[in-house]
Amino acid sequence: MKLDKQSYQRLLEQKSPPSPLPLDCLKAFLFGGAICTVGEAVSNFWQWRGLETTDAAAATSITMVFLGALLTCLHLYEKLAKHAGAGTIVPITGFANSIVSPAMEFKSEGLVLGVGAKLFVIAGPVLAYGISASVIYGLVLMLLGGGGGA
Amino acid sequence: MIEHIGQRTLYLTGRPYLLSHASAVGKKEGEGPLGAYFDFVTEDDRMKQKSWELAESALQKTAIHLAIQKAGLHKGDLDVILAGDLLNQCTGSFLASVDSDTPYLGQYGACSTMAQGLALGGCLVEGGAARRLLAAASSHFCSAERQYRFPLAYGGQRTPTAQWTATAAGAAVLGAHGTGRIRLTHVLFGKMVELGVKDANNMGAAMAPAAYDTISALLSDLGAQPTDFDCIVTGDLGHVGADLLLTLLRTDGIDLSPVYSDCGSLLFGDEQDAHAGGSGCGCSAAVLCGPLLRDMQAGKIRRLVFAGTGAMMSPTSVQQGQPIAGICHAVVIERSDA
Amino acid sequence: MNWMEYFNAFWVGGAICAICQIFIDKTKLTPARILVSLVVLGVALQAFGLYQPVVDYAGAGATVPLLGFGYSLAKGVAKAVAESGLLGAFTGGVTGAAGGIAAAIVFGCLFALIARPKSRS
Repeated sequence: MKLDKQSYQRLLEQKSPPSPLPLDCLKAFLFGGAICTVGEAVSNFWQWRGLETTDAAAATSITMVFLGALLTCLHLYEKLAKHAGAGTIVPITGFANSIVSPAMEFKSEGLVLGVGAKLFVIAGPVLAYGISASVIYGLVLMLLGGGGGA
Repeated sequence: MIEHIGQRTLYLTGRPYLLSHASAVGKKEGEGPLGAYFDFVTEDDRMKQKSWELAESALQKTAIHLAIQKAGLHKGDLDVILAGDLLNQCTGSFLASVDSDTPYLGQYGACSTMAQGLALGGCLVEGGAARRLLAAASSHFCSAERQYRFPLAYGGQRTPTAQWTATAAGAAVLGAHGTGRIRLTHVLFGKMVELGVKDANNMGAAMAPAAYDTISALLSDLGAQPTDFDCIVTGDLGHVGADLLLTLLRTDGIDLSPVYSDCGSLLFGDEQDAHAGGSGCGCSAAVLCGPLLRDMQAGKIRRLVFAGTGAMMSPTSVQQGQPIAGICHAVVIERSDA
Repeated sequence: MNWMEYFNAFWVGGAICAICQIFIDKTKLTPARILVSLVVLGVALQAFGLYQPVVDYAGAGATVPLLGFGYSLAKGVAKAVAESGLLGAFTGGVTGAAGGIAAAIVFGCLFALIARPKSRS
C-alpha cells in the first residue's frame, strides 16, 4: 500500500487513545480547587496576623511559592501533578515548581550555568510576556492620560 | 561475502557468529515482566554516579563488560566497538568506552541504534574489516527526560500515547569465527519515512510506517511469509505503533500477528504506568540481548527478525516545527542445529 | 469563620484549572504556552476591569492561579502609573508581583542546593 499523509493521519487518530478528558478535568478541578482553598486559608492567616490586604496578598504568594518549592524538593509535586495535570500547573505553586525543578535538575552542570541559567528555562517565558504585557498596559494608561506624577 | 537479495536485503554468506550478549537494566525495568531475563538489574538508577549521563554510561559499560566476559574475551580482543545512545553527541556511549583502548565508532539511530550497530557490525565482520566487534546501545529515563522533555521534578502529565524511555543497555559480540549456534544472516538498512507526525508524545505512530516499509521489503526480498520466522520483533513501537504496523500490513494481506512482538510493549507490565510502552535505544537492545537471545540459545526461537525502530527528531527539530520521521533497520538472526 | 469564601475560592480556582486542562488535552498546547497565555490574559482582563470582581468574589481562587499573577502585574502598573507616570509603567508590574518572583528565584536556588532529582518509577 502506498501511504499518504492524510490517510495515515486519519488512521493514527483512530488508533491513538485520547486523553480521558472528563476524568482529567475532574482531577484538575479538585486539585486546583484544593490548592486555591489552601491559598485562601494562608491569606486569612496573614490578615489575621495584621497585614493589610495588599501586603497579605504578597505574603500569600510568597507562602504558596514556598509550599510549591518545598513539595518539589521533597519529590511530592511531581507525584501530585501526574494526576492533577492543570490542577498543579496553573496555580502559583506550579510556577514555583517550574523554577525549582530545573534548578535541581541542572545542578550537575554547576551553580552558575546549571542552577542559575536553567532556573528560567520553563518559567522565563511567563516572566518575559507577563512583564512585557504589564509595561504595554502601563504605556496605554499613560497615553489615555491616566498618569499622575511626572 | 555480501550478496544482494531482491531490492534491499543483504545476505551475509559467512553468517557472522553472535558470540555473546548481555543486558543491564534499571530498577523499574527489573520489576517488569522480563525482569528475570536480564543479566544485571541495578537497585539504584544513579549507579552511584554524579550525573544521569554518567549513570547511563555506567549501565552501558556494565553490559559491555558482561558481554566481553561471556564471550571469554579480554579487553583489547575487540577490533571495534559500535555504540550509541539518545544523548547529544552520544554522551553515554563515548563516556562508557573512553578507557576501552579499542577503536570506537559512535552510532546514532535513535531507538534503532542496536539494530543499526548489529547490521553495520555484521557487514564489517563479513567484509573482513573486523574479526570481532561489539555492538551496544543504551538509554536512561533520567538523562533522556532532561534532554528531551522536562526536569524530573517538574510536574507534567503524560498523554496515553507517550512512551517511557527505558533505563537499559544491551551489548552483543559479533565474530567471524566461533563455535556458537546463533548467527547473523541477513541485514536490511532502513529508509527514513515521514508521514507528517509532529506529536513527540506519539513516537510509535511516527515510527510505524518505517517498520512497515522495512518489514515489507524484507519479506518481499526473501520471498518469505511471516510464519517462516518464529518471531518478528520491532524495536519500540509501543502499543499504539504496534497496532498501526499490524493494520498497515493487513491492508497488504500480510498477517504479522502470529509471530509478532514489540520490545516496547514487552518491557513493562500494564500496571507499571508506562502508558504506550517502553522506548529508548536501551529498550530494544536489552530485550534483544536479554530475553530474545536467551530464548534463541534455549532453542525456543530459531529464526528471528529484529527490526529496530527509531524516531528521527531532536528537541530543536520539534521546536522548529519539523515532523518526526521514522527509521527501521532489520537483521535476521538464526540458530543452527549443526 | 466564613465558609462561603473557602467554597468560592475552591470552585473558582478549580474551574480555572479544569478549563486549562481542556486546552491541554484538546489542543496539544504545551503547558508553557498555557502559562504564558494565562499571565497575559490576566493582565488584559484586569486592564479591562474584568478581573477585580472575580478576585473580590473568589479571593485566592482568583489570585492563586497564574491569571492572578497577571492580575497583580496589571494592578501594580495601574497604581504606579497613577503615582509616578511613565516610570511607573516600567516599575509597577514587577513591583506588584515582586514577592512571588523573588520567592520563586530564592527558593529555586536554595532548594537546588539541598535537593537532587530522583528517578521515577
